[in-house]
Amino acid sequence: MLSILHKQLLNNFQQEFPLSPRPFQDIANILGVSEDEVLSAYRELDKLQFISRIGPVIQPNYIGLSTLIAMQVPGEQLSAVASIVNHFPEVNHNYEREHLFNLWFVLIADDEHHLQTVITGIEGKTGIKTMQLPLLEDYFINLGFQLDLEDNHQSESVCT
Amino acid sequence: MDHIDRQIITATQAGLPLTPEPYQSLAEQIDISEIELMQRLKCMQETGVIRRIGAIPNHYKLGYQHNGMTVWDIDDQYIDTLGTQIGSLDFVSHCYHRPRHLPEWRYNLFAMIHAKTTESAAQQIEQIAALLGEHCRAHEVLYSTRILKKTGLRIKENNVSS
Repeated sequence: MLSILHKQLLNNFQQEFPLSPRPFQDIANILGVSEDEVLSAYRELDKLQFISRIGPVIQPNYIGLSTLIAMQVPGEQLSAVASIVNHFPEVNHNYEREHLFNLWFVLIADDEHHLQTVITGIEGKTGIKTMQLPLLEDYFINLGFQLDLEDNHQSESVCT
Repeated sequence: MDHIDRQIITATQAGLPLTPEPYQSLAEQIDISEIELMQRLKCMQETGVIRRIGAIPNHYKLGYQHNGMTVWDIDDQYIDTLGTQIGSLDFVSHCYHRPRHLPEWRYNLFAMIHAKTTESAAQQIEQIAALLGEHCRAHEVLYSTRILKKTGLRIKENNVSS
């Protein structure tokens, strides 16, 4: 299913996608294939959702202010509370997790005041206290994630 | 960072167009030259605003279906040293120091792991535990059961940078 070219594109260009007028041509030159082949392979990866996008990854808190929030929501209220939370445009990711703290999401606001206003809003509308877990240190090591692309098993259930 | 930098970041959140001259297309969209766009991206990389430019894999679709948020209660005195070691493990995508909230939340180190099988997830967790050794007092793994919302970074063009 995944060709050698697909695997090379997935593993070798997570960090250093070329910043040049013809980036796909540059990749093609490195891999010894044509620009068209590289573009169609990326389009296939994109269509299959094997890549979420090609683009810059921003350092947390360089633009605006973000924090991780956890809430303890009674099981029967989870869907209702999640939909209230999701309604806030400042909510970026929202996951249900198996724990007493069962709702986990990231808030991105313009500044501290905006962030606290959103938190107050969420607590007011849901009637549930939030636990704020802002980032104190990011142990980011620039190595990339080496994907093992052998015998993938695909499934349709949704989890991350 | 100025408003043009912010426009560039916003414009790239949906992904570069998969066409031969993607930076040219973005530049037209923002109404600047391709050269200026590339220079600004390079500058944001050099100053650390942009961590990397790349094709971002979707772990879940690629077969990594056991993705856990592992949380650890680490002796504060060693957290930076140990956090750096955990962050450099090849199966850890993110590793953060976050505050405790005692008594209900004792964990101060967060590491996201990605595995294809439960066995391999268990091995990864053991490997982290072994590395942390006696400096770790307790840990838990929180697997997600549902994605309730997932959107890219959304920013306003007049955002104040921190």
